[in-house]
Amino acid sequence: MRYTVEYRNKEHITGLTRAISQMTTRAWRIMEICGGQTHAIARYRLEDMLPHGIRLLHGPGCPVCVTPEGLVDCAIALATDSGATLATFGDMMRVPGSRGTLMEARAEGADVRVMYAPLDAVALAAATPGREVVFFAIGFETTLAAHLAALSEAVRRGLGNFSLLTSFFTVPPAMEAILSDPSCEVDAFLAAGHVCAVTGYAGYRRIAETFARPVVVTGFEPADLLYGIYHSVRLLEGGETRAVVNAYRRAVSEEGNLRQQALINEMLEPSDGEWRGIGLLPSGCLRLRKPYEGYDAIVKFALRDAAGERTSASATGCMAGEIMLGKKLPAECPHFGADCLPDHPAGAPMASTEGVCAAYYRYRTSKTINI
Amino acid sequence: MINTNCQILHNSSDRILMGHGGGGRLTRQLIEEVFYPAFGNPLLAQSHDGCVFDVEEGYKLAVTTDSFVVSPVFFPGGDIGHLAVNGSVNDLACCGARPLYLTAGFILEEGLPVDTLRKVVASMRRAAGMAGVRIIAGDTKVVERGRCDALYINTTGIGLVPPGVRIAPERAREGDVVICSGPIGAHGVAVMSERESLGFSTSLRSDTAPLNHLTACLLEGGLKAEVHVMRDPTRGGVATALNEIALAASVHIALEEDSLPIPEAVTAAADMLGLDPLYIANEGILLVILPGECAAEALGIMRGRPEGREAAVIGRVEAGRPSVRIRTPFGGSRVVDMPMGEQLPRIC
Amino acid sequence: MCLAIPGKIISIDRSTPSMAMAEADFGGIVKNICVEWVEVKTGDYVLAHAGMAISVIDAGEARETLNDLDAIARSLYPPSLP
Repeated sequence: MRYTVEYRNKEHITGLTRAISQMTTRAWRIMEICGGQTHAIARYRLEDMLPHGIRLLHGPGCPVCVTPEGLVDCAIALATDSGATLATFGDMMRVPGSRGTLMEARAEGADVRVMYAPLDAVALAAATPGREVVFFAIGFETTLAAHLAALSEAVRRGLGNFSLLTSFFTVPPAMEAILSDPSCEVDAFLAAGHVCAVTGYAGYRRIAETFARPVVVTGFEPADLLYGIYHSVRLLEGGETRAVVNAYRRAVSEEGNLRQQALINEMLEPSDGEWRGIGLLPSGCLRLRKPYEGYDAIVKFALRDAAGERTSASATGCMAGEIMLGKKLPAECPHFGADCLPDHPAGAPMASTEGVCAAYYRYRTSKTINI
Repeated sequence: MINTNCQILHNSSDRILMGHGGGGRLTRQLIEEVFYPAFGNPLLAQSHDGCVFDVEEGYKLAVTTDSFVVSPVFFPGGDIGHLAVNGSVNDLACCGARPLYLTAGFILEEGLPVDTLRKVVASMRRAAGMAGVRIIAGDTKVVERGRCDALYINTTGIGLVPPGVRIAPERAREGDVVICSGPIGAHGVAVMSERESLGFSTSLRSDTAPLNHLTACLLEGGLKAEVHVMRDPTRGGVATALNEIALAASVHIALEEDSLPIPEAVTAAADMLGLDPLYIANEGILLVILPGECAAEALGIMRGRPEGREAAVIGRVEAGRPSVRIRTPFGGSRVVDMPMGEQLPRIC
Repeated sequence: MCLAIPGKIISIDRSTPSMAMAEADFGGIVKNICVEWVEVKTGDYVLAHAGMAISVIDAGEARETLNDLDAIARSLYPPSLP
């Protein structure tokens, strides 16, 4: 077993799409909140295989896309004005702030490094004791432990030159915000399997119960995704709207990864925060607790708290917010594929490879857009 | 009187000094001790600013140039020297030319161990031997430490195109098939594995290899007039090469995802780093476009050579808007675009 | 999110306090990852994300899901609830 290719089986895919078609008696709108899933759906053209009634909505599942513009500006300021080494994931390099992107800052001479693992930035800090190393730490629950493990290691090794510029989000408040909107069109949610691997899915029971929307924990391979959709349709058609089902059992348990949850609770606390394109979400973000404040780049470098700044997405006409709330499809935005392209994005969902607009642009069919 | 340059030269010949690029005695020493022993041949021994040679009757001349800046300099399966020779050899081969001569321009960083240069030069010599080309002119410049990353190499290649061969991207037309000579993505993944910021190990090795014997077999094996396009999909990968051809010929290219020869480790690395194997660089595979009815013959010829053993049809040329699409194993199809700039590893 | 891939644990190194690291094989790509925050032994498969193991793959559940997919493909529908 590889636990990947086995879930790309053509017979399974055909069987699932047939079963979904047989079950579907009316239109249903199912939202995934995970950029990885959005990407896989677009890559394998899964929407083309579903019956007409089933529409997939792509929620705000990309931490790169919802990182506020002000934080990108902070990152650039750290690398240019403060002269720090700014390390981050490749995903963040093209995201526009108000003064350009990290990639542009690098071209202008700033020390910006692309890294795969936050722990590598700790190794860099240890190797360059005279130099401040800031990791621009973005992520949902899936990525938090990687960032916090790096910070713990830096603390243990007494590395005073390491800090984090945090942009941490927690998924359930975003789901509640979407469901609380009176014009919400979502009938069911696919919960992101890798977030749930850490958090478990017990927390979704209250959401399903309160809003009468089923939640199906879903994986990332094509058969996994269709399996999640299959269960969503089954629950919706059967009227089981308050159910939570785990369709990604090989990786996710109800309680999740308790050790990582303990690490997260020890080092982070919930905070109200801005989701780019969506707005301020109460308890929608996480920040370092007081004892770790000295490792928070915003505090350490006395940057003004840019996370609270509103983005000016509407000024450019970017429809990121409506797209991420499932109200609009990328192709409905006048900028999509016209003056908003992966090489010069107008908004974050096009800038991030994982963003819904980028996924739709990259894997577009002649049906979705005529370019 | 003591010439200080000479002192430096004899006291610390294990490092490249700024003086090695000065055009003086140090430069001369480098040429005589490093380059001539490796590349020595009567044409290079003309020891002139350029090299003059005869062109055979009825043949056309093909010229190409390419610069090599790969980091790290050494990687599993090859090094910058291999690439510098094979890169220009393959560019000539893809023009339908028989590569004959290369020139080599070196940009060296001050402080570079001469031993590193020797190793690179030795692999250039081996690569030139395998391809059957000679290096007939060269140049060396040294830049201050920090102004280049160890060493850069530019090679210019000169080859002869036999009468009757006409290979050009715009010749791709409806009814042609796209043949790929071997596994996709090995070179790019092998190089990435050595990058400090990614750091993984793999048994994959760069596929760097000369393609001129393979192209010669195709052209001399009776398909001289039938081969429309040949391309080595280097930087930007198969996706970029095919997009360029689709644009040049104003055709649509349809790939079959199931038929792409992508090694498991390439898929694994691509999954890990969030990259698409179609955009990963190759240095030793050949894309051939020719009429569908010649596919079986071409495959037979290609599979008869080690570098073409895994040759397979991966797609078809169709009429339509210039673009490349790929059919997924499940029946859908999606656009395979030109890549947007640098391929960055992503975690989300 | 996001990109998390399954890899097989080849060896575990617990020499650094509170930072157990492991060599993991991701289909021919071998990389060091942190396994401090999962309960894991050599031979297990983990899901790794950004250099961190986030979960151990349950082989039995993996098989169960495939059985369920087989059943759906054979039109033995509706299947049992997961």
